[in-house]
Amino acid sequence: MSFINYSSREISCKIVYYGPGLCGKTTNLQYIYAKTNPEAKGKMISLATETDRTLFFDFLPLSLAEIRGFKTRFHLYTVPGQVFYDASRKLILKGVDGVVFVADSQIERMEANLESFDNLRTNLAEQGYDLAKVPFVVQYNKRDLPNVVPVDELRRALNIQGVPEYQAVAPTGVGVFDTLKAVAKLVLTELRKTG
Amino acid sequence: MNAQMVMYEDEFNQITQVCERLTREASAKVVFLVDKNGQLIASCGQTENLDTTSLASLTAGNIAATGGLAKLIGEKEFSILFHEGERDNLHITIVGGRVILVVIFDSRSSLGLVRLRVKKAGEELGRIFDGLLKKVEAPGAGSPFAEITDEDIDNLFSE
Repeated sequence: MSFINYSSREISCKIVYYGPGLCGKTTNLQYIYAKTNPEAKGKMISLATETDRTLFFDFLPLSLAEIRGFKTRFHLYTVPGQVFYDASRKLILKGVDGVVFVADSQIERMEANLESFDNLRTNLAEQGYDLAKVPFVVQYNKRDLPNVVPVDELRRALNIQGVPEYQAVAPTGVGVFDTLKAVAKLVLTELRKTG
Repeated sequence: MNAQMVMYEDEFNQITQVCERLTREASAKVVFLVDKNGQLIASCGQTENLDTTSLASLTAGNIAATGGLAKLIGEKEFSILFHEGERDNLHITIVGGRVILVVIFDSRSSLGLVRLRVKKAGEELGRIFDGLLKKVEAPGAGSPFAEITDEDIDNLFSE
């Protein structure tokens, strides 16, 4: 849930990057961190294993310009993608304002995408959220690899809702900021509705 | 789902007063208050060289993880956590089931003193947050964002 602070005139929102293991969630955050002005970002925290797999979450605080006199802040989180970290994933979804699903476009990861997508829907439902109502964006990552599933097919499997979708190559930044802007816009639009 | 978290000037001042008194009375270095989603609400004491945003997010993660552990063994939650370091220690409590009160202290204070003072401050904070929640749920408490336009949103991202 977003946090409106009239005292400091700030609004903070939480965005979670979800997806199967090694799909590029952390890489998305690393690119955003690398390309954001120092005054607009806080420290990026990664709770990872010795082999750089996300153990609990990555966290990146961003602050954007003011809107109606309120400073807007976005807290970006990733979940650990590996199947057996499900208990941790549920915790990170608490209080979420917007979700990005990062899909791994490689043919051999299609099943992992579907499993993670189902897992997202289930875990959101456990927290009382309906995926169809949460600000939600899909990113088809790793489009530069040779063995990728056509976007049409990915769309049929992961985006029947017809939410905003972006093709991406996270290490070089293709589609990364488009994805972030799209989800941030949806979150702010939702805030207007509930306000 | 939790209700929207909102903080007003009045309540913020009351909360800050309680935190400042707690910092003094518990001889603490830093006191801060975080909501369970990791947003920093207030901080007092020697916060100059402290990354309070990261502290807030990690504290909430810590409380979430220990809460998960509690449920696994049939407890509702662990309402007090204590981390002992070589110099500084962290005392973490859940206040009013909703916010997290964190006290950082060193050898100039003691765990007993901190626990005692936190108990009193926690009760006061609990009352303030109960009142705040009622205010937020009251009809007519409109958000300033009800009237934002597409243009406002687009302007945020114009580079």
